[in-house]
Amino acid sequence: MDTEFFAMGGYAFYVWTSYGLSAVVLIANAIGPRMREKSLLKKIVQRTGDE
Amino acid sequence: MDFSRLHKYASPMHFYSWSLAVAPWLGIACAVLFVVGLAGGLFYAPPDYQQGESFRIIYVHVPSAWMSLFIYMVMAGAGALGLIWHVKLGDMIARASAPVGAWFTFLALATGSLWGKPMWGTYWVWDARLTSELILLFLYLGYIALQGAIEDRRTAARAGAILALVGTVNIPIVHYSVEWWNTLHQGPTVTKFDAPSIDTSMLIPLLVMSLAYTLYFCTIVLVRTRCEILEFERNTTWVKQRAAGVNAV
Repeated sequence: MDTEFFAMGGYAFYVWTSYGLSAVVLIANAIGPRMREKSLLKKIVQRTGDE
Repeated sequence: MDFSRLHKYASPMHFYSWSLAVAPWLGIACAVLFVVGLAGGLFYAPPDYQQGESFRIIYVHVPSAWMSLFIYMVMAGAGALGLIWHVKLGDMIARASAPVGAWFTFLALATGSLWGKPMWGTYWVWDARLTSELILLFLYLGYIALQGAIEDRRTAARAGAILALVGTVNIPIVHYSVEWWNTLHQGPTVTKFDAPSIDTSMLIPLLVMSLAYTLYFCTIVLVRTRCEILEFERNTTWVKQRAAGVNAV
C-alpha cells in the first residue's frame, strides 16, 4: 500500500473520517449487545439461585 | 392465513433457539461481504470523473442512509404487529431495532456532511433531504426516550408503535425529497426507473456494501431481540433453564 492510496487525492481527512467513524459505530454495536446478553444470562442465573 | 403456525414461530422461546442457530451464519456472510465490498469500493472502483477520490464516501454513506429508512419500516411494521395483533415478539423486535436505526441515521448524517464539506463547501445545509433525515433521527430518539420513560413495558410498546406508525409519513419525504424539491443533495443515481447513472464498476461494490449492511442489521437485531426476550420473560421457566444451561457450559 502506498501513500497515494492513503492520500485519497487530497480528500484523505473526509474519506478516512467517514470510514473510521462507520467502523467504530458498527464494531461497538456488534460487541455491545453480545455483552449485554451474557450479563443478562448471568443475572438470571444468580436470581434463580437466590430463590 | 394459518395463525397457529404464525404463533408458533412468533413465540419468543421458538425465536430464541432459532436465532441462536441462524445469527452466527448471518454474521459470517456479513463479514465476507464487508471484505469484498470494501476491496471493491476502495481499490477496484475508479475515481469519479467529477468528485475524484472523495466519492468513495458513497460506500459507507448510501448503505447507512438506506438502512436508516429500512430499519424504520421494520420498526414500524414490527410495532404494528404488536399493537394490532398482540404479537409480543413484534414489540421486542421494534424495541431492538430502534437503537440500530438511530446509529445508522447518525452515520448517514455524519458521513454525508463529511462528503458535503469538500463537494458543496459546507458541512450542513437546511435542504429537504438533510432536514427530513434529521427528523428521522429525532423520531428514533423519541421512540427510544419513550421506551425509557414508560415503566410498564406493554404500555411503552403500544406508545412506541403509535409514534413509529405516525412517523412513517416522513419516510417517503426522505426518499423523494431530492425529486420533489430543489436540493443541494444530489439526485438518485441507483433507484431510477431507467438504468442507474453510475458505472457498473462503482455500482457493484455499492450493492455488495448495502447487502453487508443489511445482513449486519439482521444479525444485530437477532442478538438484541434475544436480550429483549431475556428481559421480558426472565421469570419464565424456560428462560431460567436456558440461562442455567448456557452458563454451566
